[in-house]
Amino acid sequence: MQDLLYFSQQLINGLTIGSTYALIAIGYTMVYGIIGMINFAHGEIYMIGAYTALIAITGLAALGIAWLPLILIVALLCAMIVSSSMGWAVERVAYRPVRGRHRLIPLISAIGMSIFLQNYVHLAQGSRNIGFPALIDGGFNFGSGDGFQMSLSYMQITIFITTLICMTALSLFISRSRTGRACRAVSQDLGMASLLGIDTNRIISATFVIGAALAAVAGLLLGMYYGSVDPLFGFIAGLKAFTAAVLGGIGSIPGAMLGGLILGVAESMTSGYLSGEYKDVISFSLLILILLFKPTGLLGKPEVEKI
Amino acid sequence: MAAYNFRHALFCAIITLIISYPIIGFNLEAQGIKVTLTGADASTLTMVLLAAVIVFLFQLFRENILGALRSIPSPLPEAKKEPMAENRRAKIESWVLTGIVVLALFWPFFVSRGSVDLATLVLIYIMLALGLNVVVGLAGLLDLGYVAFYAVGAYTFALLSQYTGISFWLALPIGALLAALFGLVLGFPVLRLRGDYLAIVTLGFGEIIRILLNNWTTLTGGPNGIGGIPDPTLFGMEFGRRVKEEGNTSFHETFGIAYSGEHKVIFLYLIALVLAVFTALVIRRFMRMPVGRAWEALREDEIAARSLGLSRTAVKLSAFTIGAFFAGFAGTVFASKQGFISPESFVFLESAIILAIVVLGGMGSQIGVVLAAIAVTILPELAREFSEYRMLIFGAAMVLMMVWRPQGLMPMRRIHIELKKQE
Repeated sequence: MQDLLYFSQQLINGLTIGSTYALIAIGYTMVYGIIGMINFAHGEIYMIGAYTALIAITGLAALGIAWLPLILIVALLCAMIVSSSMGWAVERVAYRPVRGRHRLIPLISAIGMSIFLQNYVHLAQGSRNIGFPALIDGGFNFGSGDGFQMSLSYMQITIFITTLICMTALSLFISRSRTGRACRAVSQDLGMASLLGIDTNRIISATFVIGAALAAVAGLLLGMYYGSVDPLFGFIAGLKAFTAAVLGGIGSIPGAMLGGLILGVAESMTSGYLSGEYKDVISFSLLILILLFKPTGLLGKPEVEKI
Repeated sequence: MAAYNFRHALFCAIITLIISYPIIGFNLEAQGIKVTLTGADASTLTMVLLAAVIVFLFQLFRENILGALRSIPSPLPEAKKEPMAENRRAKIESWVLTGIVVLALFWPFFVSRGSVDLATLVLIYIMLALGLNVVVGLAGLLDLGYVAFYAVGAYTFALLSQYTGISFWLALPIGALLAALFGLVLGFPVLRLRGDYLAIVTLGFGEIIRILLNNWTTLTGGPNGIGGIPDPTLFGMEFGRRVKEEGNTSFHETFGIAYSGEHKVIFLYLIALVLAVFTALVIRRFMRMPVGRAWEALREDEIAARSLGLSRTAVKLSAFTIGAFFAGFAGTVFASKQGFISPESFVFLESAIILAIVVLGGMGSQIGVVLAAIAVTILPELAREFSEYRMLIFGAAMVLMMVWRPQGLMPMRRIHIELKKQE
């Protein structure tokens, strides 16, 4: 019984973290699916979302507004707007001019952008980590009084529900709306789509904006969950989310969701049963092993190299 | 068209405001667990507004501005000049380079200790950048975990000296060979991956090595690092005031001169200089050997190169291993210079700086990479008030370089023949 509770606790923690990884991973996978580049600066966009949300929360608190749903919604909207604008601007400045060149050139440009954004926030907000207020606390407890208690906090429930809403909305958008259909067309064949009258530049911008908005949601959620933010907060999370995207099969949106959940559970099992320090090693090893043995991931389509 | 331009410019200006005002315009301050928000001062806000106005005007008159920029004649009237004969140019180049090396040999005796120390660091970066240049510039493999091999070199020397009391001169080849072995072993499975996946996997390897160094406390001392790494000796002569090891003599007593801390600094500089020149010469040779040609051939067109019978794995692996070898070299010198190493010195940012040097200098070009290493290391020291902007400028420079001049400031030049235009 004790073991089962402990195991379920790790599972819940893993699914919580994993669902936020999935939100960030969407940004990687959509961009990769359409223009075939790794948006290295995506983790930084997520970090900027977390910072904006914190600024909005603190600002509202200073104004004396205490109604929780209003605070959360305003913070979420602010974070999404700033992050999406950032995503749009990054694509415009750093990726569009180098699109279609040799593969390494956009990647180096993206690394430069990532360093730039990290230091932009570092200079504006300082390098120390700043506490993020726990707006949603409390939760359910299971288990007998003296043994191990399993807890499911309201925060974790919020994360699940928000992720679920975002993912459903995204799936509907991609499968039903006109823009979503254009997105799928562009990811299948960019040249053909533009011949058929789709404004491909606009669609590519749209994918960056959508990815950035979802990353901002993850920024707010994870900021509250971990309780602090700092300018380097995006780098490791971005790498993890990229791992999740690759694990699920890069370019595939359901794959990103699945990959995020698997990675989150793998990580929390490692820190629950082995040691917390090695959880990063596990996720990087997982990344390396997948790329070596099944580079298409779990749900990805094999890439055929044409000569 | 004008209306569209205006709308677009306005949109860009608003986006500029959105992405800069919330982050720059408010400062979060943590006091204990409480976080407060303060507005930035008026001058910062003016800057934000000014940035938006500049973006607006630039986007509005984009065509005119770009047209004007294009009509400015290039300051380098290279194109009109008759190209210098190839062997004459090579001769002049080799004389100039020899002159610079001789100058660099005598220079430390006339300047302050601080600048010699800085110059040693520059030389270490030159070694690293030259090594990475083989991997990224010549073979076209983006290695984001290059700092791992640097760490292997440094930790090899530190650990061996701690446990077996090995000397610098023995550790130098061992460290480099061990780093090369690491490159070989890590490279073997990953090299069949495509460009951008390779970059991420090497990044993962770099992080794994750093995390292991950080957590394997019994061997590496964890975050506390390893101290007391010995200085190099000159034929068994030590540079300290007193001799640490039995059987050694000290440098100042042998030559009958007064003890000075500068001897050691200058000696380290000279070692680094000799090793950097050695690195440059060896890699220069490699570039002209069949294997060097194969690196470039594979970078330019993998399918064509393979169909001509080049083994992809062997060629890529050789580049990876040679790059790792020189990183191990640089690591050993670094450990000896600092006397203390910890995982802090081997973070991803370090890899990014070395990559920035290679990219700025011009991928594949040795002279460009050396100049970029000097500039990237020395400029932040000269302009100390800007040093906190260093990484910001690096990032921006990498993006701008890729957009405008992906071949770098001093692109690589090959011996080639140009056909004369028919009259």
